[in-house]
Amino acid sequence: MADLEIPVLTTTVEKMVQWARRSAIWPVTFGLACCAIEMMAMSCGRYDIARFGAEVFRGSPRQSDLMIVAGRLSRKMAPVLRRIYDQMPEPKWVISMGACASCGGVFDNYAIVQGCDQIVPIDVFVPGCPPRPEALIYGIVQLQRKIDRSRMSA
Amino acid sequence: MAGFLPILIMIGLAVGFSAGNMFLSQFLGPRRPTPEKAAPYECGMPAVGDARERQSVKFYLVAMIFLLFDIEVAFLYPWAIASRDLGKTAFWQIVTFFGLLVTGYIYVWRKGAFDWSHRRGRN
Amino acid sequence: MDTSVADTLRAAVAGATIEPAASIDMPTAYVDREHLVETCRALRDHPALQFALLVDVIGVDLFPAEPRFEIVYHAACLGDAFRTAGSAAAAPARRFRLKVRLPGVESRLPTVTSIYPTANWLEREVFDLMGIVFEGHPDLRRILMADDWVGHPLRKDYPVQIRKDTASWEPIQLSAEEFAANVRAARERADREAGKK
Repeated sequence: MADLEIPVLTTTVEKMVQWARRSAIWPVTFGLACCAIEMMAMSCGRYDIARFGAEVFRGSPRQSDLMIVAGRLSRKMAPVLRRIYDQMPEPKWVISMGACASCGGVFDNYAIVQGCDQIVPIDVFVPGCPPRPEALIYGIVQLQRKIDRSRMSA
Repeated sequence: MAGFLPILIMIGLAVGFSAGNMFLSQFLGPRRPTPEKAAPYECGMPAVGDARERQSVKFYLVAMIFLLFDIEVAFLYPWAIASRDLGKTAFWQIVTFFGLLVTGYIYVWRKGAFDWSHRRGRN
Repeated sequence: MDTSVADTLRAAVAGATIEPAASIDMPTAYVDREHLVETCRALRDHPALQFALLVDVIGVDLFPAEPRFEIVYHAACLGDAFRTAGSAAAAPARRFRLKVRLPGVESRLPTVTSIYPTANWLEREVFDLMGIVFEGHPDLRRILMADDWVGHPLRKDYPVQIRKDTASWEPIQLSAEEFAANVRAARERADREAGKK
């Protein structure tokens, strides 16, 4: 039963699964720096992300689908990021929030990893320093559209 | 007997929903185990040691005491519902019942079963 | 310029060279390396001073000027809120800055952890980022950079940008002995670096 992947799937079943996956994306708390404040603002009352399905930020990676890397990633933190990403069950997605997570931002120095896509595969990059909550919501909506396009065995 | 039919239907729905979802996720969920994924979660750091450590026996004591008083409360509920019909005798009976258990509670308290501090040696 | 603290220290510590320095915010004085520990003890215990709190230890790199390093100790007297043991009355609440000059080559300094326990992590930070070795420190190893980092980043001759691949692998499980061995290895690495200078 472990790797039984039904080769022939009806479009309806695939659409249902995609709808279910994109309507309940639960992020894992990975706020590293200032972008985390905007991420918290996004999850609170005014820019409510719960109406898009991201109801709770899970503390444990095992109960989440999405990792929002919010903030500067330092070289000392890189193994931790990789380990948390590894411990998330499939299907999982990563949003790189802000300039520092996407490319190192203003910090081109010895301590900061120049882009967390060196460590984990990224699905959506959200630029900004920090991105406004609306920008991050737009990023999550783009991720939902990406999930709509994805095949089920992903 | 008729009053139980809605309850049975609800139980059936609940069990059916959870069992159905588990069955469905077996088919539709990806299965890609890796050793990193199965590793114990310690906030991203390597887990140090195994979890087979000695735990304090206080947990056992607290669990036992909780169990006793939980059952006491469970006895309290039916009395509370029927107390108006039962009258004064039942009131004093329940007070006696309660008093016996409170005596036990005071004994456990004075013996130090609730004391989690490390300051003095416990008897 | 308020030199009362510096004068009290000069009287309390025999043989110390205390030079007051100009500053805009708090009384400041330079002390020589040999008398640093006694000066800190007098700073804490003297009844007229009672600077019970070590606020911060900072390293300043003045490369290429010599002496290259200045280690700055910020101390605070808490006034009525806290009296050091054995004092009858509280000293007035104020702050004080103590500075030590160090050459670039043999940049070692005795630790003040025995007097101010907070100096433990503060001196570890100065060691990690500036490379100043604190002799007698109970646990001198890196605190901000990764354990196996080479170099002291906040020195003026350390490059800002380095093009290095990021290591993102760590073992999945460590036994308790391995963990203790890692800590010991970090300490030995720090000692070896300290010994080289």
